[in-house]
Amino acid sequence: MEKTGAQIFVDSLMEQGVETIFGYPGGNVIQIYDALYDADINHILTRHEQGAAHAADGYARASGRPGVCLATSGPGATNLVTGIATAYMDSVPLVAFTGQVSSALLGRDSFQEADITGITMPITKHNYIVKDISELARVVKEAFYIATTGRPGPVLVDILSDVAAARTSQEDCGPVNLPGYRPVTEPDPEQLNRAARAIARAERPVIYAGGGVVSAGAHNELRLLAELILAPVATTLMGLGGFPGDHPLALGMLGMHGSKYANFAVNECDVLIAVGVRFADRGTGKRDLFARDAVIIHIDIDPAEIGKNVEVDIPVIGDVKKVLAGLIERLEKKLPGAWQEKIQKWKKEYPITYEENGRLKPQQVIREIFKVTNGQARITTDVGQHQMFTAQHYTFTRPRTFISSGGLGTMGFGLPAAIGVQVACPDEIVFDIAGDGSFQMNVQELATAVNYQLPIKVAIMDNGYLGMVRQWQELFYNRRYSYTELINPDFVKLAEAYGAVGMRVTRPDEVASALREALDIPQPVVIDFVIEREENVFPMVPPGAPLNKMLG
Amino acid sequence: MRHTLAVLVENNPGVLARVAGLFSRRGYNIDSLAVGRTDNPAISRMTIVVEGDDRVLEQVTKQLHKLIDVIKISDITADEYVDRELVLIKVSAEPEKRGEIMQIADVFRARIVDLGRRTMILECTGNEGKVKAFEESLRPYGIKELVRTGKIAMLRGSRYTSITTNGSREDE
Amino acid sequence: MEITAAEALVRCLEEEKVEVIFGYPGGFMIPVYDALYHARIKHVLVRHEQGAVHAADGYARATGKVGVCMSTSGPGATNLVTGIANAYMDSVPLVIFTGQVPTSQVGTDAFQEVDITGITIPITKHNYLVKSAQDLPRIIKNAFHIATTGRPGPVLIDLPMDVAQTRINFEYPRQVNLKGYKPTYRGHPLKIAEAAQLIKQSRRPVIYAGGGIISSGAHEELLKLAETISAPVTNTLMGLSSFPGDHPLFLGMLGLHGTRYANIAVTECDLLIALGARFDIRAASKFDAFAPHAAVIHVDIDPAEIGKNVRVDVPIVGDVRLVLQELLPLVEKTDRSEWLARIQELKEQYPLRYQRGNGLKPQLVIETLYRHTRGEAVIVTDVGQHQMWVAQYYRFKRPRSLVSSGGLGTMGFGLPAAVGAQLGVPDQQVILITGDGSFQMTIQELATLKEQELPVKIFMLNNFQLGMVRQIQHYYCEGRYMAVDFKFHPEFITLAKAYGIKGYTVRTEEEVQEIVPQVLSEPGPVLVNCLINPGENVLPMVPTGRRIDETFEC
Repeated sequence: MEKTGAQIFVDSLMEQGVETIFGYPGGNVIQIYDALYDADINHILTRHEQGAAHAADGYARASGRPGVCLATSGPGATNLVTGIATAYMDSVPLVAFTGQVSSALLGRDSFQEADITGITMPITKHNYIVKDISELARVVKEAFYIATTGRPGPVLVDILSDVAAARTSQEDCGPVNLPGYRPVTEPDPEQLNRAARAIARAERPVIYAGGGVVSAGAHNELRLLAELILAPVATTLMGLGGFPGDHPLALGMLGMHGSKYANFAVNECDVLIAVGVRFADRGTGKRDLFARDAVIIHIDIDPAEIGKNVEVDIPVIGDVKKVLAGLIERLEKKLPGAWQEKIQKWKKEYPITYEENGRLKPQQVIREIFKVTNGQARITTDVGQHQMFTAQHYTFTRPRTFISSGGLGTMGFGLPAAIGVQVACPDEIVFDIAGDGSFQMNVQELATAVNYQLPIKVAIMDNGYLGMVRQWQELFYNRRYSYTELINPDFVKLAEAYGAVGMRVTRPDEVASALREALDIPQPVVIDFVIEREENVFPMVPPGAPLNKMLG
Repeated sequence: MRHTLAVLVENNPGVLARVAGLFSRRGYNIDSLAVGRTDNPAISRMTIVVEGDDRVLEQVTKQLHKLIDVIKISDITADEYVDRELVLIKVSAEPEKRGEIMQIADVFRARIVDLGRRTMILECTGNEGKVKAFEESLRPYGIKELVRTGKIAMLRGSRYTSITTNGSREDE
Repeated sequence: MEITAAEALVRCLEEEKVEVIFGYPGGFMIPVYDALYHARIKHVLVRHEQGAVHAADGYARATGKVGVCMSTSGPGATNLVTGIANAYMDSVPLVIFTGQVPTSQVGTDAFQEVDITGITIPITKHNYLVKSAQDLPRIIKNAFHIATTGRPGPVLIDLPMDVAQTRINFEYPRQVNLKGYKPTYRGHPLKIAEAAQLIKQSRRPVIYAGGGIISSGAHEELLKLAETISAPVTNTLMGLSSFPGDHPLFLGMLGLHGTRYANIAVTECDLLIALGARFDIRAASKFDAFAPHAAVIHVDIDPAEIGKNVRVDVPIVGDVRLVLQELLPLVEKTDRSEWLARIQELKEQYPLRYQRGNGLKPQLVIETLYRHTRGEAVIVTDVGQHQMWVAQYYRFKRPRSLVSSGGLGTMGFGLPAAVGAQLGVPDQQVILITGDGSFQMTIQELATLKEQELPVKIFMLNNFQLGMVRQIQHYYCEGRYMAVDFKFHPEFITLAKAYGIKGYTVRTEEEVQEIVPQVLSEPGPVLVNCLINPGENVLPMVPTGRRIDETFEC
C-alpha cells in the first residue's frame, strides 16, 4: 500500500509507542499535521515552541520514556533550541522533529528556512535531515534508538516538506545500522574487581550519585550498595531523588549550595564512589581540591566523562545499574564505625536551616509544600534561588520526582516542564516551584495548562528580583544591583486572565492553608508567595573555593 | 563537473567549521578538502574539490566569499596546475609476495615506509589518477587499510595564488 | 589607564554611539552588568532574552542604526537564537553580546555553557569568541563594521567571564583591517550603462524593489527613477515603505499574497528592474516562470544573491543607492502611456477587495488605522494573516515605517520589536498589529512595555486560532483542521490589566471607527482586542507552485 512520508512518520511514532507529542504547527509541517489528524496520538498544542520542547523534556524526565516534540521550519525550529540544549546538558531522551522547506528551496535562504541541523550540532546527541522518503522510517527508528540508549540525549530529525508529501510503497525500513554508535553497557569484570577491592578497603567511603542513577533506574541498587557498605550518599542536583532523602545515610546535595555535611564528607572521604555523575563545577567547587585524599571510582555509561574534569583512579564504564549490581555481588556487609558516627555528628551540627524572623521565607514555603504533599509530589523548578532552596528544603524520596534544569540552568523551564510531567503522571500532584523572573519567561504556557485542564500548581517565590544574580551582586559586587530588580505583573490577575486560579500569600501563617486550598482545586493554580526580598541561598561555596570553605 | 578551488582563509579557530557548515547547509557536495597553514602562519590554505555545474560553482564561490574569514578563492580548474595527493596503503604482504609488491611500488615511485611480518605500508604521492591506479594494482594482494590526504593543488609557472594579488596573475 | 575588559566593552559601545541596549543579566555576564551600572547607556531589561534580540532588531529597523543586545551564557544565549536568525534573514544590523563560562571551563560542559558561536555560524554574518581581553576593542570595532556595512546582518561576540574581568590598556581602534571582507559599493560602470540601455529599449518595465532600498536609504532615488522612466513599482514584503503607497505608479506587494495587478504586471513586463530584492519563493512563486517575458536587471550589494534563484541578464553588484545615483543621469524621461494605461486597467479590473458584513473584517481595521494615521505611523507586525493584511491594506508613506519579520517569519516578533521601535523613534506613533497566536508567544514583554512606559498601541486581530495555518489547511488539506484552534483563550483584557495596561475589546465596524481615534490619542500603551471574523482568508493567493498571475480571489 502506498503511504505518504507523513503517514510513515506517524506509523513510526506508533511503532515506538509514542502516546503524546507536544507541538506547534506551521507551513512546512502541514502534511505531518494532516496525518496526525487521523492518528491515535495525543497532540498537545503549546503557545510557543520552547514550551513544546520543555514539556517533552519534563514528560521524559518524569516517565523515563522519550519525549517527543514537533515544530515547523525556521522560527519554529529555532524556538526549540533552548529546550534541546537543556535536554542535552541533562542527558534527557528527547526526539525533536522539525519541518523543513522543500528540496527545491533548500539552501536558498527561503521563507522560514533555518539550517537547524547545523545549528543544533553542538546540542544534540545526533541529528538528521531527511531528504529522501526511503530514509524516513529508518531515521525515525534510529533517532529513538540513539536518544534512549547509552547516555540518553536529544536527537533532532529535520524532515523536508516534500518528503512528508511524497508517496512510497516501500514496506521495510531496513535495519538500524550505526557502525559508529555502540554504547558499552556491560562493565569489565576486572574493573569491577578493582573497584570492589578499593571499596572493601575503604574506611571513609562516600557515594557521590548523579543523574545517571535516575536515568539508569539504578536507585534500588544504589540504596542496596549504600546500606551494604554503610557509605553516606551525597547527590548532585540531578541526582536528587536517586537516593531517599530521608534515609539515615543521605547527605543531601553537595557542591556550591550543598549541605555542609555533604561537602565535609566528600572532603574527608578516602574512597569516593562517583556514580553517574560528571564532576560538574557546581558540584565540585575548586576541582584540584575536590576529594583530594580519596581514591576515586567513577562509574558512568559515557567514557568521555571519565577523566574529563578530575583524575579518576578506577573507571568503570557501563550501565550504572549493572555496575552497581556487580559491585553488590562482590562486596560484604560492613559494620558501622567512627566514620558513620562522624557523619551523624556533622548532620546534627550543621543542619540545613534558615532564619525565621516572622517574615515570609521561601524555605518555609518549600518545607510546607513538602508537608502538604507528604513528599510525594512531582516537583519541577525553574532556575535561580528557588531552585536551590527546593534542592535543600524539599526531601526527595523517589526518583523522577525532582525535575529541574541542571546543566544548562534554563529559566522558564518549570512551567512547561510541569505540563509535560502532568501529562505523563495524570494522577499525581505536580508542583512547579518558580521564581518571579523565571515564571514570566514562559508564562504563555499557562494557557496550555488550562486548555488541557492539567491541574498543576505553581508556587512563585516572588522577591521582585532576579534573586540569584542579585545575591552575587550583593556578595561580590558591593551591592551594585545592576538591572536585577523586576517590576512584575499582578500574578493573581495574570493567572485569572488565563483561566487559572490565582492566590497571593504574604504572611508565614497563611502558607499551609493556602497550599491545602490549592491542592483541593482541580485546576491549575498560581500562588504568588511574596517572600523576603533579599534572602540569600546559604550555605554557599564561593566560586573558585574548595567545598569545605563555605559561607553561611 | 568537478572543480578545484584554492581558498585562502584566516587561520582562526572555527574556520573549518564555517566552511564545512556552509557546504552542508547549501547542499554542495565536497569531494575532498585538504587544509594546512601557508608560509604565513596567520593564513591557511584549503584545497576544495567540489562537484557541480557552473551555476552551483558560482554560488559556492560567492557564498564562500561571504565568510569573513575567507580571504580569497581561486577556481584553478581551467588553469594549468599541479595537483597531488598522498596515500598510505597497508597491504597484506606474505614473504613470497613481497617482491611483486615492491616492483609495483617501483613503477609508481612509491616508498615502503613500514614492514611488518605479514603486512607492509606503502606511501605514494601523485595526482588522482595515479593514486587510483596504485590502489587498483595493490587490491589483489589484499588492502588492509588505506588513508588519503585529499588533493592539494598549485598553479604552474610564475602565476600564484596569494593574498597580495587580486586574482591570480602573471608575476613581473 | 587600565580598565577591565567589561568596562572596555561599555567604552566601546559609547565610542560606537550606542544609546540603548536590550538585555537580561545572568551569572557569567555579571562583570559586564557591573560595568553598565554607572554607564550613560540606557539598558532595557526584558523578560526573556528572545525579547531582547527582537527589541534590538525592531530598534534597528525603525532607526537604521545598529541594534545591540546582551544576554548571559547557556540558556541566555540559546534564547537569542530565533531573534538572531530572524535578523540574519532580513539583513538587520545587530551586535549581540553573550556571556560565556571562564576560558578554563570552555569545552567541559560547565554550568550554563553552550557553544553559541558554533550554534550561530549558520545565522550570523560573523561571530567571535573572545580569547584574550586585549582583543576585545578590536573585535567590537570589527563587529560594528561588519554588522552595518555591505549587506547588513547580525554579529555575535561571546565573552568568557574571566576575559571580561581581565584588565587591559584601553584604546579604541580607529580602523578595521579585515582581509576577507571588502564589500563592493560602486556598481560596474559598463553594467550600469547596459542597464540604462535596456531601460531605454523597454516598453513595459517594472521595478521590483526589496528591503535593500530601505537599508541603503535609496528611497528617493527609487522614486526619481520610477517617475523618470515611468515604471510601475512593486514591493516585496521587506520593500514596503520604500515607495509611497499612494503613488500612482505603486503596484503594492507582489507574490503569494500580492495584488493581482502587481503579479500580472510582473508577468507581462519586458524588463524587470530588481533592486535590493532576492527573488524569494514568496515573491516569485515559480522561479522559472517568474517575469517570463522580461530581461532582468538585478542590483544588489550581495553578489551571492545574483543568479541564486532566477537568471539575470544584467547583474550589478553594489550599493543600491550609489548604483541608482550612477544610473539616473543615464536614463531619460520616458513616456510609457500605453503601459501605464494597461497598469491602470489592471488596477481597476482587479482591485484589492474584501466582502463586508459577516462580522468584523480585519481588513477594515487596518484601513481604519491607515485613515487615522494618514499612513504616517510606524507599523510593527507579527507573522500570519494579519501581517499580510497589513501589507495589503496599509499604504506606507515613509521608509522604515513597516517593521516586520519577512524571511524567517517569526511569530512573537511583534511585541518586543515594537518596544525597540518605540524606543528608537520616541516621537512617532508606533502601532503593533498582531494576531492572537503571535501575541501570546512573547506576551511576557508586556511587562517591559509597561516598565518603559512606551505608548505603543496594540491592535490584536483575534480570530481565536492560528489563522494562516488554518487557511492552508482549508485550501490544501480539505478543511481537516488540526492543531490550529486554540480551544482555550486567555482573557486578553484582564491579561493586559495584570500588566498594568489598558485594554478594549471591539466586535463591530462601528466600534472600530470609534475606538481607533480614541486609542491613538491616549497616552501610554493600550491593547485593542479586535474580534474578527474567524473564517476570513488572505486573498488573493497564488497556489503553491503556480505562476504569480494565476491567483485566486474571493
